[in-house]
Amino acid sequence: MKRLLGFLKDYKKETILAPLFKMLEASFELLIPLVVKRIVDIGIENKDRGYVGQMCLVMITLGIIGLVCAITAQYYSAKAAVGFATKLRHSLFGHMQKLSFAQMDKMGTSTMITRMTSDVNQVQNGVNMVLRLFLRSPFIVLGAMVMAFTIDVQAALIFVVVIPLLSIVVFGIMLITIPLYKKVQTGLDKVLGITRGNLTGVRVLRAFHKEEEEIEEFNAANEGLTSMQLFVGRISAVMNPVTYVIVNGATVALLWTGAVKVDGGVLTQGAVMALVNYMSQILVELVKLANLIITVNKALACANRIGDVLEMEPGLKVADREENRAAEGSTAETQSANAEETQTEVTSDIPVVEFSHVSLTYPEAGAESLTDIDFKAMRGQTIGIIGGTGSGKSSLINMIPRFYEATEGCVKVDGVPVAEYNLQDLRKKIGVVPQKAVLFKGTIRENLLMGKGDTKPAEEMTAEEKAAEDALLRRALEISQSAEFVDNKPEGLETQVSQGGKNLSGGQKQRLTIARALVKEPEILILDDSASALDYATDLKLRRAIHAMEKAPVVFIVSQRASSILHADRIIVLDDGEVAGMGKHDELLVNCEVYQEIYYSQYPDKRKEAQA
Amino acid sequence: MNKGTLKKVFRYIGRYWFFLLCSIVCAAVTVTLTLYIPVLTGDAIDCILEPGKVDFTTITEILKKMAFVITGTAISQWVMGVCNNRIAYYVVRDIRKDAFERLQILPLKYLDAHPYGEIVSRVIADVDQFSDGLIMGFTQLFTGIITIFGTLIFMFRENVGITLVVVCITPVSLFVASFIARRTYKMFKLQSETRGEQTAFIDEMIGNQKVVQAFGYEEKAMKRFDAINDKLGEYSLKAIFFSSITNPSTRFVNSLVYTGVCITGALSVIKGGISVGTLTCFLSYANQYTKPFNEISGVFTEFQNALACAARIFALIEEEPQVPEPEDVKVLGEAEGYVELTDVAFSYVPDRKLIEDLNLKVEDGKRVAIVGPTGCGKTTIINLLMRFYDVDAGSISVDGTDIRNITRESLRENYGMVLQETWLKAGTVRENIIMGKPDATEEEMIAAAKAAHSHSFIKRLPNGYDTVLSEDGEGLSQGQKQLLCITRVMLCLPPMLILDEATSSIDTRTEIRIQKAFAKMMEGRTSFIIAHRLSTIVDADIILVMKDGHIIEQGNHKELLAKGGFYSELYNSQFALSE
Repeated sequence: MKRLLGFLKDYKKETILAPLFKMLEASFELLIPLVVKRIVDIGIENKDRGYVGQMCLVMITLGIIGLVCAITAQYYSAKAAVGFATKLRHSLFGHMQKLSFAQMDKMGTSTMITRMTSDVNQVQNGVNMVLRLFLRSPFIVLGAMVMAFTIDVQAALIFVVVIPLLSIVVFGIMLITIPLYKKVQTGLDKVLGITRGNLTGVRVLRAFHKEEEEIEEFNAANEGLTSMQLFVGRISAVMNPVTYVIVNGATVALLWTGAVKVDGGVLTQGAVMALVNYMSQILVELVKLANLIITVNKALACANRIGDVLEMEPGLKVADREENRAAEGSTAETQSANAEETQTEVTSDIPVVEFSHVSLTYPEAGAESLTDIDFKAMRGQTIGIIGGTGSGKSSLINMIPRFYEATEGCVKVDGVPVAEYNLQDLRKKIGVVPQKAVLFKGTIRENLLMGKGDTKPAEEMTAEEKAAEDALLRRALEISQSAEFVDNKPEGLETQVSQGGKNLSGGQKQRLTIARALVKEPEILILDDSASALDYATDLKLRRAIHAMEKAPVVFIVSQRASSILHADRIIVLDDGEVAGMGKHDELLVNCEVYQEIYYSQYPDKRKEAQA
Repeated sequence: MNKGTLKKVFRYIGRYWFFLLCSIVCAAVTVTLTLYIPVLTGDAIDCILEPGKVDFTTITEILKKMAFVITGTAISQWVMGVCNNRIAYYVVRDIRKDAFERLQILPLKYLDAHPYGEIVSRVIADVDQFSDGLIMGFTQLFTGIITIFGTLIFMFRENVGITLVVVCITPVSLFVASFIARRTYKMFKLQSETRGEQTAFIDEMIGNQKVVQAFGYEEKAMKRFDAINDKLGEYSLKAIFFSSITNPSTRFVNSLVYTGVCITGALSVIKGGISVGTLTCFLSYANQYTKPFNEISGVFTEFQNALACAARIFALIEEEPQVPEPEDVKVLGEAEGYVELTDVAFSYVPDRKLIEDLNLKVEDGKRVAIVGPTGCGKTTIINLLMRFYDVDAGSISVDGTDIRNITRESLRENYGMVLQETWLKAGTVRENIIMGKPDATEEEMIAAAKAAHSHSFIKRLPNGYDTVLSEDGEGLSQGQKQLLCITRVMLCLPPMLILDEATSSIDTRTEIRIQKAFAKMMEGRTSFIIAHRLSTIVDADIILVMKDGHIIEQGNHKELLAKGGFYSELYNSQFALSE
């Protein structure tokens, strides 16, 4: 909660002014019963028409001032609430981007979406209402009591009894309902999860004609949500009637006390009227307060859930980026130092990627996924990684950009342990082509430039810069074998890719993801089974093109096709997380049983030759 | 302004007419009793004139009456609250239900064209906003309207002159409110649209964090997010601020009414027309009479928002569903598997042709392999065979019947499909496997898993077959997911198979085993295979070589190799580097 309130900091002025103006407005409202009292006790008693007119002018003036105050207050509170929500969404999004993959897997995408959308909305609503009403209502309630004291101490004692009683009722119900609203929200999450799953799996679900069952499942979750909502609603519905009884009971008491007092000559008729008016003002405010509390309840529940997300510590300990940015000068220095290092490395024999006795155990997993991996990849080399499903191929290459962290041993890039890099600098060196080809909504150009940190918008670019960019993209397209189909699109590079790249075929997507990685001009290029959606001919052309690149990167090819890695400078054969063999194709074919099995399964003819 | 939407909302509410009736009756009772209190208070004040002139007997009577009325009010108020809650939540439930059911029959064309996040936002966030507006609306709209009329009647009975003052000034408040509401509707709509845009963006970025992080795209993503976020902030500020002017403005009009009552009332007391008690009564009426106008206008803006949301939901619910099944539709039993495509033409976008004049006859039990460069229309054929999309021209028939005359259910039941994009349902491994055959026995399930080579890894999962998989099967490798998808088909074994690069993520060692299982599975079954590993399709009866939506070569492996065309080039390229 405290963390969330921090987002209001930049709106200090608004957060203070909004309730302040609300209270001003309320003060003028509190004066009204006194004006009426005077009209009755002085104007009517003396039959003074002029006085009545004067007092009515006073009332209108009070009304106008009240209006100005109120609008000012509304503006400030809206500004603070919206600004707050905008900032909150901003840092939530930023925070989610910093979470580790393990954490994200655990939370699920749909939960994160709810947090950022409907939860933040509720909180925004809550902040707005709190700023407007949370001070105003208690102020009027207490103000009415104070005013009552100025009229008659004994009658005011009724207020003293009533107000705590009301507070108990109001806050009691609030305490009961807050945890319940949290449950309602969980129910909503479930409904959301089902809806989302239904959309992402629509083909499979329809193929198995699961529509009916999906509907049943959805209905069950939906019903659960509804009955939960009804339950909470029933409790909240008690609030209004109970407060009504208390306040009106108090009015009855006031009338009786008033009657006695007037009879004794202590109070006037107008005074009794004023007292009754104050009591009814309390009721009006309480109705508002009750509505407010419902909103605040929901907002608090949502705020807590958002707070939970914000409090999740990013999983990886990272060389502090913020710190680096704060000392921008020093970052530049480090970078240039790095660059120098890189220069020297070319001549020296520091491997670009080095695994020294690396093991990896995923959190909450029983056994190691990788055990004692040890190898070096030198500049310009191509490393092939082959092995069965679950043998740890992806895990291995995921450790180079530090998506997952070595539990034992050390992964070094350019001689520096990856943990000592700040993540951005590390990942700048690496181009990853993931297994699943993912593109984003936007033009092909935008997708390709994704990894380029400092691109200017087209309008601001000089012709040379534009030409350089185009040349870079063209090269990447050609190497990745996508130039042809991109050129065939009427809009070429400016073709819109729809969300998830749905308007492209699997192979086209895959080739564009390769181009995207090449645009980064990486030192290390990782192809994680990236050619699986490509036909052999394209796959071959692709590998040849990469090989022919000037400034060829270290290439890691993860594949199940022996043909993709045959020519690699070094092939790492993984079996169940362990290295089963390492070396060139010819060597492995002689001395690595696992490799032989894989190879011959794909080239049955060769086995015959070998046997012959 | 939004009569259509409003009418639809009322159609949903109509189902709960009983609660609605209850609510209206209770509202009437509550209001009447509430209005009676000021009269009693006024009477009591008239009994309290000045020292020595206090009528205690009458006061006691009045106060007793008041106690009774208060209790009655409280009870009916509570019942009304409960009824309103029910109406609102039931209506919301029904709308969600309808929306979800509609999703099940919408054509894939629609679903493929709309980001998931946007649709989800409609079903969840919009309905939620709508429900908030609805609840507020009901509690306050009824009591509001009844209070207005009730007060009028009570007031006219007490004094006509003062009542006319009230009646004349109050409409100003309505005018102000509707003026503001009209302005804000557009803002709320913009807000709602921008929110949808944002949800879609979050879905895309957060859902693919790995890529985002690998490319150091975080900051750019942040920038793009901020652009949408700031736009949303701007629209929200406008929407919220302008709608929140309503309250103070109407409140100001109220204070005018109050003052009006005060001056005419006071003057008439001086003239001796009414008593001070009646004036008290009028003053609190003036408050009560205008309060509902306040609230109604508040409700109005809230309603605007709710309606904007409702309109978006109804747009989804009313979206044209897939072509309904004709009346003489046939149920396809266990198919023989004779599939024929005649002059088929199809494209996703009208002006960009994809498949044209496609003709193909597949006799039952034959194995058809489809190869060709990426983007040539292979996956599209699956979309057409499964009837995810309908052909634009020509026809596809199974066992001699046009598939448009067969129920979708029975058609799809006859196909076993394994797609390139593996999808698993959130739930246990078991639930995922028995999806196609819910009544499968434990033995059948395990046998299928063994046949698909998934048994051994499933056994190693924390809870074996009862391991709960999260959304999208996170935590499983791509290959494991695919094995599960294969197991799913292995279990129900329909007469025809569609395998779309089904084994692309599985290592060849495992694949060989699966291929064997597949071979057994495909015996006597018409199968369509799309795979890039040519070794897996060498045995196919017919190989279709596709390019740009056309079949350019057709025949078996030997024939095609002998022909020396595109296929042989494709086939030979895989050995190029090793030679």
